[in-house]
Amino acid sequence: MTTTTIGDREIHVDAEGFLTDPEEWDAELAEKLAAQIGIEMTVRHWEAIRLVRSDFQSQHESPTVRRVSMLTGIPIKDLFTLFPAKPAKKMAYIAGVPKPRGCV
Amino acid sequence: MTRLLILGGGTAGTVIANKLRRKHSREDLRITVVDRDDAHRYQPGYLLLPFGRRDGTRALTRSRHRALAPGIEMVSGEIDRVLPAENVVLLGDGRRLTYDHLVIATGTTPRPDQTPGMDGPLWKKKIFDFYSFDGAVDLRRAWRDFHRGRLVVHIVDTPIKCPVAPMEFTFLADADLRRRGARSRVDITYVTPLSGAFTKPVASEHLGSMLDARGIHLEPDFLVEHIDDETSELVSYDDRRIPFDMLVTVPLNMGADFIARSGLGDELNYVPVDQGTLRATGYDNIYAVGDAGNIPTSKAGSVAHFAAEVFTENFSAMLRGQPEKARFDGHANCFIESGSGKALLIDFNYTEEPLPGRYPLSRIGPMRLLGESRINHWGKLAFRWIYWHVLLPGRPIPLPARKPTSESKTHSQLKDVTK
Repeated sequence: MTTTTIGDREIHVDAEGFLTDPEEWDAELAEKLAAQIGIEMTVRHWEAIRLVRSDFQSQHESPTVRRVSMLTGIPIKDLFTLFPAKPAKKMAYIAGVPKPRGCV
Repeated sequence: MTRLLILGGGTAGTVIANKLRRKHSREDLRITVVDRDDAHRYQPGYLLLPFGRRDGTRALTRSRHRALAPGIEMVSGEIDRVLPAENVVLLGDGRRLTYDHLVIATGTTPRPDQTPGMDGPLWKKKIFDFYSFDGAVDLRRAWRDFHRGRLVVHIVDTPIKCPVAPMEFTFLADADLRRRGARSRVDITYVTPLSGAFTKPVASEHLGSMLDARGIHLEPDFLVEHIDDETSELVSYDDRRIPFDMLVTVPLNMGADFIARSGLGDELNYVPVDQGTLRATGYDNIYAVGDAGNIPTSKAGSVAHFAAEVFTENFSAMLRGQPEKARFDGHANCFIESGSGKALLIDFNYTEEPLPGRYPLSRIGPMRLLGESRINHWGKLAFRWIYWHVLLPGRPIPLPARKPTSESKTHSQLKDVTK
């Protein structure tokens, strides 16, 4: 496990930069993580990110794009606009949950 | 007397029923299996069907009820829904089946209706699948007439049954086109929603380089939105378009619709379960074994079989008033056909990656892991006999249900399952 500094804070991350300790996450950090991958958070982004966090807490598994879309009502197409190219991965990164397994 | 009701007479349901029938008397345990038809298919055989020189369809089907041991009741019917509060399963024709314990083993099904444009005018003309018996038979016909153009092999989304099969299909198609001298006239593209060739990094890298070596293009991170049936193109959510002359797709895989109607499923109708015990989350007497559950490992016959062993061990202990100690570790192993009579073997679980080595014993086993060999190919072919005659009847197989990690552990586990 390694650490990295985002803003003025030191956080624990895996080899690809995903948070390994969900307790280190807060809204301020999320904004900074989003900025790292070129995303400026809007109300719509937050709707998805809050769902990812609450779903991870209850399911212990990072949700797929399909699941986020179903639970938030945000169309998959819009999730691709909000989090371009790799929405499931980017949402997990910003929400401070593990990289989705992409299920085997 | 305890009443066990098993929904689905496929791999998991049949193995569970037969194993428990051997262990418990009819006075102690009543076992009922429900299925909509009486055709048990050897699904790994679908993959080879399109490339076979002979029509291999007959060897793939047996009667479901004849695969069940005497003393197991078989009920034929469509399942309407489970009423968990009443311990009742309703069938489509109004029959009510009561249970003390319920196993959901209805697997997963390809659903072309879930992608706009897939089951329209191009279905079975330019778009094919090999995950259903009929699909594989139709593809066999079309494949023989395909000599030039763009072949696209495609996965809609994960999880899918037998996650390496699309890759195997691609290798076999490549080899078959070479054999026919048509390879130079065909472009092959492999389109996947994953970021690489496979979900597990080490195997992904290995399989990715096998694609390269065969001149097959890889299009990763592609989530299809619809199929344009006028231009014959796959269109992704981020507006990439991939044209095809023949599309061999793996439609979205979903659990049975009755699971959704019963309020027991997730967004793809899979039953959320405890990864170790396979007990449905929030229920004491409902389990999902095999492809029907949401455990994070491959949806594959090997997993269904290993999981069924763990389930029956615990279920028997429970009936005898003993503690349920067995825990499933997600063990999967798959032969991967790589074309020209060779195959690879991979072996992994929830936490361990598929790595090169030997199987079933890490240094001396006959099968090479993650390496192409003819013995692996013959191993895959021989498995059909083992499936019908050893695995389904619930006879002990000298393979560990849990993934072998070290020599010493392997030996003790081998003793466990063969005693």
